[in-house]
Amino acid sequence: MTLSSVFLYVLAGVLLFGMGTSAVFFCAHWLRKILAVNLAGSGLFLVLVALSRRPGAAAADPVPSALVLTGIVVAVSATAVALALYCRLAAFEQERITDESHG
Amino acid sequence: MPEAHATTWLVVPIAAPLMLSLAAFVLGGRWCARLGMAAVMIVVVSTCFITWNIWHRGPQTYPLGAWPAPLGIALYADGLSCALLGMSAVVGAFVSTYSLEYFPWPLGSDDEYRCGAVQFWPLWLLLWSALNALFLSRDVFNLYVTLELLTLASLGLVVIADTRLAVEAALRYLLAALVGSLLFLAGVALLYGEHGMLDIDSLAVEQAELLVGQASSRPAAESDGAMAQDERRTKSEPTAARLIPLVMIALGLMLKSALFPFHFWLPPAHGSAPAPVSALLSGLVVKGSFYILLRLWLDLFPAEVTRPVAMLPAVLGSAAIVWGSLQALAAERLKMLVAYSTVAQLGYLFLVFGLARPEVSSTAGFAESAWSAGVLFALSHALAKAALFLAAGTILHEAGHDRVRDLSGVSRRMPITFFAIGVAGVSLMGLPPSGAFVAKWLLLKASLSAGHAALAVVIVGGGLLAAGYLFRVLVAAFPGDGATTPGGEETRPIPLRPMRLKELTTLVLALASLLLGLAAAPVIELIEIGSPWSSAVVEEP
Repeated sequence: MTLSSVFLYVLAGVLLFGMGTSAVFFCAHWLRKILAVNLAGSGLFLVLVALSRRPGAAAADPVPSALVLTGIVVAVSATAVALALYCRLAAFEQERITDESHG
Repeated sequence: MPEAHATTWLVVPIAAPLMLSLAAFVLGGRWCARLGMAAVMIVVVSTCFITWNIWHRGPQTYPLGAWPAPLGIALYADGLSCALLGMSAVVGAFVSTYSLEYFPWPLGSDDEYRCGAVQFWPLWLLLWSALNALFLSRDVFNLYVTLELLTLASLGLVVIADTRLAVEAALRYLLAALVGSLLFLAGVALLYGEHGMLDIDSLAVEQAELLVGQASSRPAAESDGAMAQDERRTKSEPTAARLIPLVMIALGLMLKSALFPFHFWLPPAHGSAPAPVSALLSGLVVKGSFYILLRLWLDLFPAEVTRPVAMLPAVLGSAAIVWGSLQALAAERLKMLVAYSTVAQLGYLFLVFGLARPEVSSTAGFAESAWSAGVLFALSHALAKAALFLAAGTILHEAGHDRVRDLSGVSRRMPITFFAIGVAGVSLMGLPPSGAFVAKWLLLKASLSAGHAALAVVIVGGGLLAAGYLFRVLVAAFPGDGATTPGGEETRPIPLRPMRLKELTTLVLALASLLLGLAAAPVIELIEIGSPWSSAVVEEP
């Protein structure tokens, strides 16, 4: 019974991961790409957490949770950097538009 | 007791730049460059000590916090780590010295980078710390963390050039790198799911045991004759499930080291960053992910790396050599030319995976020599490419442009820089006595003896193509006597500039790359200390 629920989580995680990674390449808009990377990351974390329930073991393995925590910290900071870059890019675009309308 | 002290040195090249990076960020101003040069001295000295220790005592392990390996996270250095650590120390030291003049403090009259020094030093020291940690880590999850640190630090460095082009390139670089590290992490997660551990040594043992277990349990019910046959089949054809972690890890790291066709993010990012940053990214950072793949390839997946699997990186590498060189031939700007040259030269590194296969190691020493040659090539390329990017940066700064077509007027003002381009060019083309010459020679010998004539053609052809794009630069810079520049500029005497620190460091880097070939024998001996081949030969029945 537990095995099948683990399988369900892993399957969902793999699906999310696949959707995310393919969307990074196929979506044109930067914001969608940034969201897609986050989606892929969440899928991967879901797989990791699901794998922490080892067959036959009484309690869940704590190491994957620690890994996921580290992964989330990395994902949050990388997303922050990506959004900052996106804002800078939008500012450049704004400058270009105002320059064109004045010139 | 001295033995215990010796391994403690492994902490220094990671901790010192990290501490000084934080200090430089807090203190700011003129302290940035001072703390940066202090880090240079500490990293160079500690790398010398580590090299000495490995040379005399063999591979070194340092358990952090005295926790033993399966639970704790160990630092480990063998010849491979040590060679790349040395590369990071040498290139880092020279690029730092160059940056003293490139990012001046107090600001010069031409404030191209308004607060360049304050932004550059903390990020560069963080990058250095992450890179050294990557070369010394013995834990696959720690490798993931260092990869991400490397990405975030290099990203900050790229956007010091606060232009639209640089920011867009940085965003593309970040997304590609994030997907790459997620794929790597997925592979790590699958390995953990199978074995429940992250330490490379323990994982290697588990992976090997799995192989033996498969080989002995499967044929138990069958006859003796079929047993030997089946054992061979299990060894050469691992199940698809066991290939998945390898594929994930390899794909992620190929994306991060910009192997063709995943190179799309590299030329804009490396071409639009400030010159010292381009030198660090092209010389050092891309070697980080190559190192991880090289390390895990044979340590963790000796059974999965069969002929078809191993030939894929080699084929992509060959395509990279051709495609990168053609793009470099067509590039209009010097920095883009150098960036595409990086795409081409990285292709050579991936030929190693096709040539250094475990199953051919018993026939001759060629697989091993191809493996060492790949590492030697990485060292030589780091020195030469850093020199080329630094030279391109000096030209861009002095002349205000880096159009290859209009270099003739510039070359007379900066003879030393153009001499350095020539010397680094000799190394990139793979002419003697450069380190790349020795490396290409060994790769050529390995590919011919393994029967891969096509790879041999690519190795030689790549050298010719490199000569093509580098001569394009030199011909544009030094037009013949008959040629005239528009406006009759050649009649006006141009005063020579006094030689500056920037030009000197560029020249020394280029010369180091050229002379690496003369020291190739001891360097290869160092690389092979504790290599997977030295143990594989003993275990072979």
